[in-house]
Amino acid sequence: MGQVSANHALCRREVVEALLADRKDVLVVTGLGSASYDVMAAGDNDLNYYLWAAMGSAITVGLGLANAQPDKSVVVITGDGELLMGFGALATVALQKPANLTIAVLDNGHFGETGMQVSHAGFGIKLDQVAKTCGFSWTDEIRDMEGVHNLRERFATRDGVKLATIKIKAENPPRVLPPRDGHYVKNRFRAALGFNPI
Amino acid sequence: MSTEAEQTVGPDWQEDVFRVLKAHDVKHVVFVPDAGHSAAIRMSYADPDIKAVVLTTEEEGIGYLAGAWLGGERGALLMQSSGVGNCINTLALQVCAGFPLLMVVTMRGDWAEFNAWQNPMGQATEASLNLMKVMTWRADDPKDVAPLLHGAATMAFNGDSSCALLLGQRLIGEKKWVK
Repeated sequence: MGQVSANHALCRREVVEALLADRKDVLVVTGLGSASYDVMAAGDNDLNYYLWAAMGSAITVGLGLANAQPDKSVVVITGDGELLMGFGALATVALQKPANLTIAVLDNGHFGETGMQVSHAGFGIKLDQVAKTCGFSWTDEIRDMEGVHNLRERFATRDGVKLATIKIKAENPPRVLPPRDGHYVKNRFRAALGFNPI
Repeated sequence: MSTEAEQTVGPDWQEDVFRVLKAHDVKHVVFVPDAGHSAAIRMSYADPDIKAVVLTTEEEGIGYLAGAWLGGERGALLMQSSGVGNCINTLALQVCAGFPLLMVVTMRGDWAEFNAWQNPMGQATEASLNLMKVMTWRADDPKDVAPLLHGAATMAFNGDSSCALLLGQRLIGEKKWVK
């Protein structure tokens, strides 16, 4: 299988900035690595939860959050490599059908954090098609900013579980590091939803 | 997995697991199935106040329960001891962010095990959990299940701690390989 997903035009920082513009009370979970830097670059927010480890867990954290907060929109922003490590979770999410969950996969077809080795997505696996086969309500492969804006409009609808792969350039913009104190990020997120620390 | 006939009635200790989880306001029961968890799984599916979530692999439950806690709700992860090995790296999430984590683990490779391939992970289960800062208790007697699970749940949810109750093979009974 040859490499099929190179030379995409979209810039990850522009994509994430557009996704989170005017986000209101959307709850955001990021996978570790570049996706978390992109979300941080778009603006730190009490309603962001950044992972720094537990690779493969972004969509399961998003699922638990979505099931616990059905009246809020939950958006998971993660990379293709991060999602691939928890591939089976797509099936788990599909069974739960959380109507308020949207997964945005920043797909550069590479493991960007470790030296830009080609990923499974880069070799041709279409993650949105996998999600569609699992039974997601809506899936798309996005290659332009119009598609990105369309995706953002869908966050608030809460009418079915969604996944979009967003084909982005394989690049490593300057890192914008989110806070690394997991207790702090957890407690401020919960506080923003009205929950006290223990 | 047990047959349907075996699942219609379970030993009292199996139902104790569910009762204690309910008493601790658990709203999410996430699991990779095992016969020893049959009653709790069945009762979770039947309870309108509980999200019963079947996982493809145990570490999904670590992330899920962290997310549920971010959203203000409690949960528990049910699994077999083999699944503990699948969770190890993901447990960093609990260590670094202090999410409460309550695990109920049915043991294999522990006592009267017919399938020796279960022994390596079964023998390493408790030590592996302890290495990843999960506190452990084990029940081999039916009367110990409820109080030990109550203790583990109390320390998990009141201490932002990771706690696991191991249900020994002597409690569960020998798996019948030839019927």
